[in-house]
Amino acid sequence: MEKQIHTPLTKDKMKDLKAGDYVCITGIIYSARDAAHKRMYEAVMAGEDLPFSIKDNIIYYMGPSPARSGQIIGSAGPTTASRMDKYTPRLLDMGLSGMIGKGIRSKEVVESIIKNKAVYFAATGGAGALLSKCIKKSKVIAYDELGTEAVHELYVESFPVIVAIDSKGNNLYNQIS
Amino acid sequence: MRRINTEEIITNIKEMCIEANYKLASDVENGIRDAYDKESSRIGKRVLGQLLDNLEIAQKDLIPICQDTGMTIVFITIGQEVHIEGGSLEEAINEGIRRGYQEGYLRKSVVSDPLIRENTKNNTPGIIHYNIVPGDKLKITIAPKGFGSENMSRIYMLKPSDEEEGIKKAVIETVRLAGSNACPPIVVGVGIGGSFEKCAVLAKYALTRDINIRSDKPHIRRLEEELLTAINNMNIGPAGLGGRTTALGVNIETYPTHIAGLPVAVNISCHANRHVKREI
Repeated sequence: MEKQIHTPLTKDKMKDLKAGDYVCITGIIYSARDAAHKRMYEAVMAGEDLPFSIKDNIIYYMGPSPARSGQIIGSAGPTTASRMDKYTPRLLDMGLSGMIGKGIRSKEVVESIIKNKAVYFAATGGAGALLSKCIKKSKVIAYDELGTEAVHELYVESFPVIVAIDSKGNNLYNQIS
Repeated sequence: MRRINTEEIITNIKEMCIEANYKLASDVENGIRDAYDKESSRIGKRVLGQLLDNLEIAQKDLIPICQDTGMTIVFITIGQEVHIEGGSLEEAINEGIRRGYQEGYLRKSVVSDPLIRENTKNNTPGIIHYNIVPGDKLKITIAPKGFGSENMSRIYMLKPSDEEEGIKKAVIETVRLAGSNACPPIVVGVGIGGSFEKCAVLAKYALTRDINIRSDKPHIRRLEEELLTAINNMNIGPAGLGGRTTALGVNIETYPTHIAGLPVAVNISCHANRHVKREI
């Protein structure tokens, strides 16, 4: 049984999302991985604007393979989330409400998720062809020169994820070990 | 003496880069299929089902299996009777990679300097391991390696007194620390012996062996089997979300070593354990 959620992911929607829930996401989400996080973090530290409004939005840790002609995007699965841990608490403090990636998060990120009532979703790593089918629109909106690591605005339909860490801090990865 | 032109090498490498990223070798695909049938965890079975669907979509719709189409690892075994004509062998290999990643719509994931981090925009250079042997054949293995799992690999310089138990502990610890990050179900390549760098190359090479083929050394074969069982009892499971399928295979390669040492390298591959072999 899957829960359907639509972006923006406002805080009132968090109470329905529990660790272990299957969720299908529909709406706009933004891709950003290592290099884009570094850029965004530096922009915040310098007091500059971010390339998109992150309040109530979802960041997908993903850098796609190139699209063939006629395709919207290439393979588009999640990358390892923990490499973004250094930058994440600051973005959560600014209102980021959701993240999609794969794998465990640091203690600092989990605490920040609880403090800010946010959520971390896991998508299946290595299922980039399957997941790309749920991406209906894609455009680069920032850091074009980073190639695959540019920020993409994506419109997704029924994008399948599982709640890995909910807003109370329940952590699916801990329940296993 | 046999002459081989670099153009032939370029074309083969190009095709192999593309093939490896769109179609998983049958041993790994069958391993995922068997795991799906046996998996009892609800979430684990769902993940494995997604991976099987993913492999089908990759081929049908021409989308790479994973967006991380890897840094290109090349094992090249050159018969000493072979004469390479038409230019530098190394340049030919990199040209093959360049064309494969461009024409195959594969992601360019290589940065030219580990600190400055500018993308080379053509996925070169590859990592090339040369081996010279008797004969007049050229054998090429292409293994695109994703870094979600590469980052979770480790080297241990154990002492001879650590013995087999120490090796087992090292492998289990590496798999535990890799956890969900390495995209389980994983394939575990282990190199034992040699020196610091030799065991790492052995571990990488071990990942290119069919997961159903066991070592021909009885004591290593037993170690492979015992480690696979132990890893699958860890309940890491598909995607690290619990279940009995944590590894599809454990492949170990060994080499003579020094009286004072017991080097062990553990190279983890995600379930997209890509490798293509050809002989020219």
